Order: sequence, then structure tokens, then C-alpha cells
Amino acid sequence: MPRSPLLSVDDLRLNFGSHEAVKGLSFDIAKGETVALVGESGSGKSATALALLRLIEREGGAITGGTITLHGTPALELSTLTDRQMQQVRGNRVSMIFQEPMTALNPVMTLGDQVAEVLRLHQRLDASAARLAARDAFERVKIPEPDRRLDQFPHELSGGLRQRVMIAMALACRPDLLIADEPTTALDVTTQAEILSLIQQLQDEIGMAVLFITHDMGVVAKIADRVVVLKQGEKAEEGPVEDLFARPRAAYTQHLMVATPKLGSGAPKLLRRPADPVLRVENMAVRFPIRRGLLPSRALDYHAVGGVSLSVAPGETLGLVGESGCGKSTLARAVLRLVEPSEGRVYLTGREITRLDAADMRPLRQRAQMVFQDPFASLNPRLTVRDLITEPAQIHQKLSRRERRTLAADLLQKVGLEPQSADRYPHQFSGGQRQRLCIARALSVRPALIVADEAVSALDVSVARQVTDLMAQLQAEDGVSFLFISHDIAVVERVSHRVAVMWAGQIVETGPTEAVLHNPQHPYTQRLLSAVPVPDPSRRHDPRPKLTALTPPKLLMPPGQAPARAEMVEVANGHFVAAHDPASALLYGKLPPLKADVGNGNAAPAVNRKGQLDRV
Amino acid sequence: MLTYALRTLFRMGVTFLVIVTIVFFATRLSGNAVDFVIGEGMTTEDRDLLIQYYELDRPVLTQYFAFLRSFTDGQFGLSFIERRPVADMVLERIWPSTQLLLCAVTLTLLVSIPLGIVAAIWRKSWIGSAVMVVAFLGYAVPNFVIAILMVLAFSYWLNWLPVVGNGTALHFIMPTVALAGVLIAALTRFTRNAMLDVLGQDFMRTARAKGLPENMVIFKHGLRNAGITILSVIGLQVAGLAASGSVVIEAIFAWPGIGDLLVTSALRRDYPVLQFGVLTVALAVIVINAAVDLAYAWADPRLRHNVKG
Repeated sequence: MPRSPLLSVDDLRLNFGSHEAVKGLSFDIAKGETVALVGESGSGKSATALALLRLIEREGGAITGGTITLHGTPALELSTLTDRQMQQVRGNRVSMIFQEPMTALNPVMTLGDQVAEVLRLHQRLDASAARLAARDAFERVKIPEPDRRLDQFPHELSGGLRQRVMIAMALACRPDLLIADEPTTALDVTTQAEILSLIQQLQDEIGMAVLFITHDMGVVAKIADRVVVLKQGEKAEEGPVEDLFARPRAAYTQHLMVATPKLGSGAPKLLRRPADPVLRVENMAVRFPIRRGLLPSRALDYHAVGGVSLSVAPGETLGLVGESGCGKSTLARAVLRLVEPSEGRVYLTGREITRLDAADMRPLRQRAQMVFQDPFASLNPRLTVRDLITEPAQIHQKLSRRERRTLAADLLQKVGLEPQSADRYPHQFSGGQRQRLCIARALSVRPALIVADEAVSALDVSVARQVTDLMAQLQAEDGVSFLFISHDIAVVERVSHRVAVMWAGQIVETGPTEAVLHNPQHPYTQRLLSAVPVPDPSRRHDPRPKLTALTPPKLLMPPGQAPARAEMVEVANGHFVAAHDPASALLYGKLPPLKADVGNGNAAPAVNRKGQLDRV
Repeated sequence: MLTYALRTLFRMGVTFLVIVTIVFFATRLSGNAVDFVIGEGMTTEDRDLLIQYYELDRPVLTQYFAFLRSFTDGQFGLSFIERRPVADMVLERIWPSTQLLLCAVTLTLLVSIPLGIVAAIWRKSWIGSAVMVVAFLGYAVPNFVIAILMVLAFSYWLNWLPVVGNGTALHFIMPTVALAGVLIAALTRFTRNAMLDVLGQDFMRTARAKGLPENMVIFKHGLRNAGITILSVIGLQVAGLAASGSVVIEAIFAWPGIGDLLVTSALRRDYPVLQFGVLTVALAVIVINAAVDLAYAWADPRLRHNVKG
């Protein structure tokens, strides 16, 4: 259906200094329509968003050509307005929400004031009327306890709630157009699903158009009417979402589609016969003491990890998946004793390491190495690549200069980089290349295990794909094991032979990847899987499965007390599920462990206490 | 917030007791008062008599406890030289010093915060550079040089301003400027850096995206955040000034303040006055620091509830 256009961008050109960020981009947004602007980092999609609100000048960029026309009353040519005229548009007719809800809100102003500010400015409300309106705005975006939130500060809220506040702020004046710049990228999948449906619902209510900027094709399929694909500042393709997904024409679009992780695209096959595990963790717990007040009696323990057991076989990848704050990074660090476990044992290549002192621990550190999330922060900018990637080997084996040079060349070749680049510095490499350097560094001591903590989460989809492919290849060649930690269950599926799902400091479900993902038993696993956006617009209106309500257990407790630990029950061969009654909101209660038939390779359905089939 | 305040108070008390002890023993190491009361030509008998009179022959620990006891009667002992209660002597000096300090701090805030903001916003233009050059000069020149140059220019050559004492408002101008000089330079630089940090933050972009006019973005959203950093620096600088900065300036302008009293009593080894003077200054520093700590918590909500229940 042809609708009248709301915003027309024609031949837009943007520069940052002498760099051309956007080269002649044209597209329209109709009233009430959702247009997705898709591309990888450096494609100019965020620059375009900032240019529409004329905020790009503040970031050091400039509009060097083209027009941005906002239709309506009055019609405005945004690229020529003065700053004062733009102020009437911003937050009023066109609003914007940003990627990082953690930093996009002012930390020293109450949430109520921050929302009320927009209303006072554009609708000339007085203080008390604006406060009431802010409360309504909170209610509209379904923030629980809106009255209390008015006087809270941003740091008191979770990321998902902060993004709701941002949305409340952006929609306070019922704008004609909402620009959403990667609004869910920093959020967990379950939170992302909630925020996406909230935006859709408010769009129907207010009738606004949405320009949705993202790199995630799954999100595009869920929310967009029309898609504009950007590649290095130029439009690669444009079309209705169904056509684009069914018949992507541009090579770049096809490339993006292939790289997008899809749930259910199959897990890798284990290449080796089972042997003694490289890593075995028994009942590990990590607690952090938290002091409050003057008296020690008010101190509490935060139970970040509570009684986790797992093992990784040689040549195997165990995927550890869970949302932010579930304790997965703490677990990864405790496994390498970068954080001291409070309880339990860790065996690395058969040796117990939990009680070793620092000197005895050092030689064992060769056997397990780590790759971190941020490839920009985890490489020392002052060292050459040669020194960086051979440093662990240098520490443990005392190499000569020549040995270091040969090792560096070998390692670079192994991770697919030019051996000649050994003399360069990290800033001369892209994000994906840097993550290859981090892997090369880990490999320099021929470890038995590499712990990869969100190692591809900061990368573009196509680059992330290359890095995970590299990991699989190295595993095939050297038989190295991986503990692969991620919040993205689709990526985990692609690389892991087995997965462990972590929730509130405990592993709630673990088993072969296929078994866990195709036959999820624990309500949290089911929730996690149902929240993953499916890159297929035709399945957008699939009914969402009914999910059991989950109440997370309290993790902050007085010393001496601990959250109850659920026992694991084997529901199929190697497939374990935490045993507690999923129908009850009170998890980790004092329920007797469930009895279940342990099938012989056949997935036997779990039975809950009431004897019903435990399927939701 | 209450817990935070109590903790601050407790820290204050401990710090003060430590300082009291150090001051007592340090003054005793610096030489004998008796040598300075009469001067040359004193006989051994007279000397012993004086030592007895001042009770300096008692064991050091006894003297220390007598010193601590002297806090309780509100007089803090008698001056060796003037034989007046120390409290009276110090009290009449505190107000002139405080006046000078308040003037200097007010001037600093009025000058350096606007300058710092200007330097941050126009950091790439000549205005920003000019502000920073001036600030750097102010930082590099010691305050007594500024004081002497001003005396030369405004009193000796032009004969506009009085040099000695604190009789009229005109007397305040030169000491205030001299005292504030370094402070202005330092605070301008800190304000600029704090503002630059804040200007690059995401929430500033959010504020602009709301449609707020630029002055509201800068002052309401920017300065309020930068203020937290600025506040901590002001505290440190003012405390430093109260401790040592005004001694020199008060000496130059013959300001009847506590710095002047300290210098005289130190020269004459007038232990009770020196001790109490140092303690007053120490107390001022501690109180200023505590006030800044509390103000910090008031300005930054993240400090107020730093522990989630």
C-alpha cells in the first residue's frame, strides 16, 4: 500500500574530516512504516542516523551534500535548519534512542527529571504536570512501579529498564519518527525480545514511523517493513523485508545472510574419541563479600557462582551460555584462578589446581589460555605483534630472539595473517584481525584449553563467522579444547559439541548441543531459545510459546547462608537438567530430586512432581 | 547517607588524634623555648628556673598528657611569651584568616569555572588556547612573586592600594588575588579537563537529541557531572591553601591572621601557641576534606547508594 512519505533522504553525503562516510544515500520513510537500515560497522548507518537529527556536526562530521526533508506541517528541510530551529524538531517530531542504555542517561539526574525535561521543553508543562506526564510515560513503556522510578537514578536500574526509560523519553512527545540506533545490541536476547515488541506496540499506538538501525538480520526480520542495506556508505540494496529475505539480490546482502547465525543450523561433530577431560570442575562456588554500613553484621555475600560442575574433553568445545550477570564470566575466571574460587575443585589436564600457590600455578598456566571480549583493550598498544603474540611463550620457555621470530611467523600463518605483519602494532589491525592476534597469543604455548569469554561478541557477524571458523579449524588441527562463553545461543550452537546453560550462578541444563537446543527441558532454556530472533520475516507472527514464569533466586545473602543448589537429573544420555518444579515460581526450594527414566540414547521426557510431562 | 556521614566523622576524629600527637612531639624536637625567651646572656640558674617555671623539666609523656588535658579547660594552656590563654590568641586570628580564604575561594570559583568551560567548548579555537596559556602561567609563578609584583605596581608606583593590614575592603584586594592566583590556574585546568570528559559522553548526545538548547545541555547536563570532579579538586586545593598557602601571603601583607601567628610562635619556640595554631590549621583541613566528602556524596547519587540491597 502506498503511503505518503514522512521523511525523504536524497543523495545524502557525509564526511568525517576527509573520510567519506556516506556517499549519496537516498531513501524514504512513509508514515507509520518501519525501515531497517542494515550494515556492518563502518557502513555509515549510525552516521546517517546522527545526520537526520543534525547531531553529526557534534561528533566531528559534516553534511557535504544532499537533502533531508521532513514532510508534514510544516515541511522542513533539515539539512539547512539552524541549531535553534532543529531544537524544535529534536525530541518532538523526531526522537532518537541509542545503543548503550548504560551511558545514554545522565547519571546524576533522576529518571523522572530526565523524562519531564522533554515535556517541559516541548509541551511547556509546569513541573508538577510534567512529573505526572513522566509517570504516565513510564507506565506506557511498562516500567514496573513507575512512581518509585521517578526519583531513582540510572545506576539503580538494569539495562533493559534503562532502555525503557530511554524509549519513554523519546516517545514522551509522540514523535512522527523514532530513530533507533542499535537499541537492543547491548541487551540480552530475552530483554531484546521484550524491547522489540514494546517498540512495535507503541508504534501501533502512536502511529509513528521507525528507522531501525541494526546489524542483526534476525532483528530485521522481526521488526522491519522495508530494508535498506548499506555497504561502506553506499546503498547495496533496498526492498520490502519479505522480498529481501527470500531473494537477496546484492552479493553483500547474501553475504550478510549467510554470516548471520541461525538457530537450528546444526552443531559441529566431535572429532575425537572421548578421553580423560582436559578440564574438570567439581562443585565450584565463587562468593564476593559485600560490606554495608558500619557494622560487620550487615555484610552480605554475593553468590556469583553456586556449585557448578562441568568437564571439557580433549578436542571438544563446551559452549557456556547465559545472560549478563548470570556468573559465566566469573566462572571462566575462576577456572583459570584469575578469581579465587571459594569452594570446589578444578582439575586441569588431570591436576588439581585449586590449592596450588602462585609459583606452582605458573607452569600450569601454559595449559590453559584465555581470549577476551574486547580485542581493542586486550592487546597492549605499545608492543609489536611479535612481542605480543609470543609473550606467553617467552614467559614460560625463555626463547631466543630467533626462536621468537620463527614462532611469531608460524603463529601468524596459523591464524591466517601475513607473517610479515609481525613488526606492526595492534592499532594497525581491524577488530577481527586483532581477535586473531589474541588467539595466536593464546596458541603460542600450545595450550590444551582455551577459554574464550565472549570472544566474538564485539565483532560484525561476517567477521565473527570467520573467527569461529578459525577456531574450528585450529581445533581440527591441534585438538585444542575450548570453553566458549557467549550470550548468543546461535553462535554457541555453531561452535559447540556440548552446551551448558547458566542461570543465576548455576548450570540449569547441559548436554549435547542438539539435545539441549532441540529438546530444551528447563524453563529458562526454553525462554532463552524462544527469545532468539529468527531471520525469517514470514515467521514473524508465529505465536510465541507460553513460557513458565521464572523468579530468579536471591544471590545476596548473609554469610553462612547460600542459595539452594538444584540437583541435576539425567533426562537422556548425557543430557542433564536442574531438578526443580518449573510450574512453581519458587525455584531452588527444598524439593526432593526428581526421578526420571534415563533412556538409552532416546530422549526420555522429564517428569515433574505432579507426574505430568514436563513440556511447556 | 547517614552511614556515610558517620564514617566520615569517625575518620576525622582518628586523623585529628594522630595529628595532635605528631605536632606535640615534632615541636619538642625543634629546640628549647627557654633559649628564645630572654636571649643572650642568661645565667644557668635563671635558665633552670625558667625551665621549672614552664614545667619543661617533667617527663615528656607527662607533658603530653598535660597537653591533652589542657584541651578540656578551653584555654589550651598559656603562651610562654605573652602569658595569655592560647585559645584567646588564636581565636582573634582565625577570623581574618578565614575572611581571606573565603574571598580567595569565591574569586577562584567566579573566575576559573567560566574560564574552564569556555576553554573546553572552544578548545580548538584561539580562545581556548589563550585561556590555557594564562592558566599555565598562573600555575608556574609562585604566589609571593605575584604578591610582590602587585605591591610594586599598585602601591609603590601607582599608590592605589594599601599594603599593610586588613583595615578596609581595599586591603583585601591584593592578598586575595595573590592567594587565588595559583588556585585559579589549577582549577581552570581541572574544570576544562572535567568538561572535556563530560562533553564526549553519550548522555550529552541524548540531551541534544531531546531538543534541549545548547546552554541547557552544557550547564544542566554537563556542568552537573563535571562538578563532581571539580568539587574534589576544590577541596584538595583549598585545604592545601588553608594549611600553608596563606602563611607567606599573610607575612607579606602583615595580615593579622593565623599564618602570621604561626610563623612568630615558631621563631620564638612558643610551644603552646605553635601547637594550637598547627592544630587549628589541621582541624580546618580535616573539616574541609570531610565537607568535600559529604558534598561529593550529595552531588553523586552513585556514591550515596553504592551498595545495592
